[in-house]
Formats: sequence, C-alpha cells, structure tokens
Amino acid sequence: MSIKQISVFVENRPGSLNAMTEVLAQNDIDLRALSLAETEDFGIVRLIVDNAYKATTVLKDAGYVHSATPVVGVVIPDVPGGLNQVLQVLTAANVNIEYMYAFLGGKKANHAYMIFRVEDTNAASAALVSKGIQTVDQEDIEEL
Amino acid sequence: MERYYQPEIETASREQIKAWQDERLVKQVKHVWDNVPYYRKKMEAVGLTPDDIQGTKDLHKLPFVTKADLREAYPYGLLAKPLSECVRIQSTSGTTGKRVVAFYTQHDIDLWEDCCARAITAVGGTKDDVCQVSYGYGLFTGGPGLNGGSHKVGCLTIPTSSGNTERQIMFIQDLSATILCCTPSYASYIGETMKEMGLTPDQIPLKAGIFGAEAWSEEMRQDIQNTLGIKAYDIYGLTELSGPGVSFECSAQSGMHINEDHFIDEIIDPETGEVLPEGAKGELVFTSITKEAFPLLRYRTRDICMLSSEPCPCGRTHIKMCKPMGRSDDMLIIRGVNVFPSQIETVLLNNGYAANYQIIVDRVKSTDTLDVHVEMTPEMFTDNLGEIDRRQKVLVNDLRSMLGISAKVTLVAPKSIVRSEGKAVRVIDKRKI
Repeated sequence: MSIKQISVFVENRPGSLNAMTEVLAQNDIDLRALSLAETEDFGIVRLIVDNAYKATTVLKDAGYVHSATPVVGVVIPDVPGGLNQVLQVLTAANVNIEYMYAFLGGKKANHAYMIFRVEDTNAASAALVSKGIQTVDQEDIEEL
Repeated sequence: MERYYQPEIETASREQIKAWQDERLVKQVKHVWDNVPYYRKKMEAVGLTPDDIQGTKDLHKLPFVTKADLREAYPYGLLAKPLSECVRIQSTSGTTGKRVVAFYTQHDIDLWEDCCARAITAVGGTKDDVCQVSYGYGLFTGGPGLNGGSHKVGCLTIPTSSGNTERQIMFIQDLSATILCCTPSYASYIGETMKEMGLTPDQIPLKAGIFGAEAWSEEMRQDIQNTLGIKAYDIYGLTELSGPGVSFECSAQSGMHINEDHFIDEIIDPETGEVLPEGAKGELVFTSITKEAFPLLRYRTRDICMLSSEPCPCGRTHIKMCKPMGRSDDMLIIRGVNVFPSQIETVLLNNGYAANYQIIVDRVKSTDTLDVHVEMTPEMFTDNLGEIDRRQKVLVNDLRSMLGISAKVTLVAPKSIVRSEGKAVRVIDKRKI
C-alpha cells in the first residue's frame, strides 16, 4: 500500500520551479500534493500527481533528473487529535519519519491527507491498517 | 599485429633518428637564417651564426620562440618561403589572445598528413575502415589534418566536421563508421546523446577514437571508452608546428610517440629556460626540422609535460610524451596555487559525476574564490537531501586534497552547462586584476 512520489531536481533560482510546473501543465498533469526541500543552490520538488507514469515521462523528455520514491498516504480525520492518533500508531510501531507533508481532502472535505516518507513503507502501512487507520494507494490518488 | 604507416621511420634505430635530426636541424637553421630576417636578428642578438649549430648538441644555444614572437611577427614575419610557394594557411583558435596564422607549402601539407596517417594506422586504421572526422574544418587544424591522414591511409572518410550531433550519429550508424576523430569533450557529448537515444555500446559500430586538441584525463578516457564501446586514443599537436599529429598514441595507450623525424623535443624549466634531463617535468619545447614555409626553432608550447624513451611494446622507437598536465595557458593561479582544470575533472569522474563542469573563478574582497559547477545526473540523484549533501561533502574534500585549496561545489541542472562541439569552455575567470 504505497503511493509513488516523484522527486525532481531543480535549481534554486527565480523561475526554475515555474519552468517545471509549465511542463506538467502543458501535459495536463493534475497535482495532488507538492512539497519542497531546498538548499542554497538547489531544491528537491516532491510531487504526488494523478498520472505518475505520464509525469515521469514528460519530465524526462524535458531534461529533468528525477526519481520515484514510495510514500505512505494516510487519511487524517478533520477533528482535533486526528494527526496525533496516526503518529501514536507509528511511534508504537517504531517507525521513523524522514519527512511528511499534508494536503486537503478535495471535495470530500471532512478529512485531510498526510504523506509520510518512512524507511519501511510496508511496515508503516501494516501498523496503520491494523489500528483501523485508512491509507490511500496509487489508484485512490488517481481518482481524487 | 602492430601496423605502421611508415615502418622504416617509425621503428628506426635511435642512431638513425639522431642522424636525421642532426642533419635536418643544421639545414633548417641555414634556411631560416637565409630567409627570415626576424630569426636572423634574434640569432645575431645572441651572437650566433648558422655555423655555430652543428647538430642537436648545439640546439640549446638557439633562442626560444614564444607565442609573443608569433603575434609580433604576424602575419608574414616568420614566413620562410615566398607566398607563391605556399598553398594553405591554418590558424589557432585564438582562445588565448590574437590569432596566429601558419603557412604551408604542398610539401608541408604532405608531411603533416603523413603524421596524421601514422596516428590513424597506430589505432588500427586501414583502407577497410570508415573514418568520421568530427573535428571542425576550416582554419582549425583538427579537421583538415585528420582528413588528410585518413585519405593517405585509404579509409573511407566522412568529413562531418563538428556540430549537428544527430546527423553525426546517423552517419556513424548508417555508414558504419569505425574510427571517430574529434575533441574528447565532443566525443563525450556524442556518447551521452547516443545513450539517451537508447543505444548500447554493442550497437555502435565504432571501434576506435582519436581525440585531441584539449587536455583530458585518464578518467575521461575510461568514461568515453565505456559509453561508446571503443578504444580512445590521444593525439597531440599545435597549429604553430603543423596541427594534430606532432605526437600520437599507439596500442599501448601509455603516452604519445613524438614524430621525431619532423620535430625535436626538449623539456625546459619554464622559469629559467634551462634544459632538463629526460623524465623531468617541465615545459615542452619543439623545433620543426622539416617545415618549409613556417619553421619554428625551439618553440615554447606552454604545455607542462614529461618525456620517456622507455622501449614501447608497440615497436615504435620514437620517444613518448605523457598527456600534458595542462597547458600553462589553461593553468589557473588561485590563491597562489596552480590549478589545472584536468585535476578537477579527474576528481569529478572518480566521484561518479559527469565530465560536464564549469570552473568559475572570482575575486571577492581580494580573496580568490573557486566555484565548480557540476551537473546533476540521474545516477547521482536521490530523493534524500542528506545523501546528496554527503556526496557533495565528499566531493569538496576530494577537491581540496587534489588541489590543495578549497573549492565550492554547486550542483546545477542537467544540460545547463553549454555543450561544446569543439573545445569546451571549462573556465570562466571573472577576476579583474
């Protein structure tokens, strides 16, 4: 149960992120979520999109260096303590989170989604599912 | 079996080579004394007449000729034959100042092409080969020199010149080119493009490449050999002396045999001008002893180099020079330390980065800064920022231990450094001194 995140190398200067989103826009790629890790010289743009295969193809053709990373997508109920409950489960399962970012639940707006990058994607998913926490897979992402 | 283009010359005894050099040097000195007032004045200034030069043992008495002399004498000042007997000019790339023009009689062209034919034969070329010359044609000597050599060997010659990489690859494939001649940076670019097109080395008909006109490292050789599935050979030359083919690599790939029947080599201390013994590192100096139109006596190449007369397994008896450790024109002095771009290239390739880099030197508050721009590659990219940072730190450390000074490394987007179809622009020096 994982989602394919696309990580793209971009230089840290005006217009470079826009040049990349232009490629996605021209190819009708719908963004579900985006997060950015930056250094002084460059950044890694992390993307969740509706069509990961198409996105990687068009980015490669446009000359971008990228990699695909499996991440766990979790449904977070839009109530106080929603995230806390999820983190408790991961803590109990001794899962270390490298990074995470959130996005809203779209039209069905009574929950949000959180993307977790962890070392062992399968272990994290299994721990969450065993506690009745809803996760999302690639197909769910495509249909959002 | 090793093949030679001119076996009786290439495998001549050392005594024979010295006899040729002695005789030809004496003749050449008379020729310039009689025909080039510029040389006569230079010799008179140090009290020399042609009688003082009885053979190679007297070579050290002659004054040096430098690039500054060539510029001062531009265009006809060093011409030793009437223009009516000259059939061609070639010119330097002009990257280090004003262009230099060199003149050739038909005989000069003939001997130059022989030298290039020796180089092509040494990499296994025969009349059954298809030789693609992707050096620039025109004033630059690369294209015309290898073109002429390829004709002499009898190869089917494809004069693509540089540029239009897709067409280069189309010809290599459709006409089954077996030998590629171009600058190493362009060979690397052709290889990179072929890889992107999904071609694997076994689908590329090439078997050998002759790459010169710029400094390149042993690591870059390995890289080109792996990408194109060929043997990559070095060739050396200067427009001032004829062009490519002053020296060339043989099957041993361990240094370039100097065509000593045409050029006398010396290694000197670049500071004092003193001649150094064999094996010492110093500046390479050449005397062209067979050139008619544009002979140069003791021309300082600015190339830092070493010579070796160790017997070569290929059977050639001509002395070998190592890859120049850098042209002193390429050498950067940063915070008082000598830095050659080829050293930086070695470190990059050893660390798994591509040979596409640019060196930016600047001066901030009277301190020199060195910034190396390196292109990110799919192999070196990971989603893990910490890992990229770790690799970058390793690179910075390796550069410091290689160069003796610290450098900043900036990772830049793929293809953002302009690709070269001729000589690569590796250094941008922004210092205003």
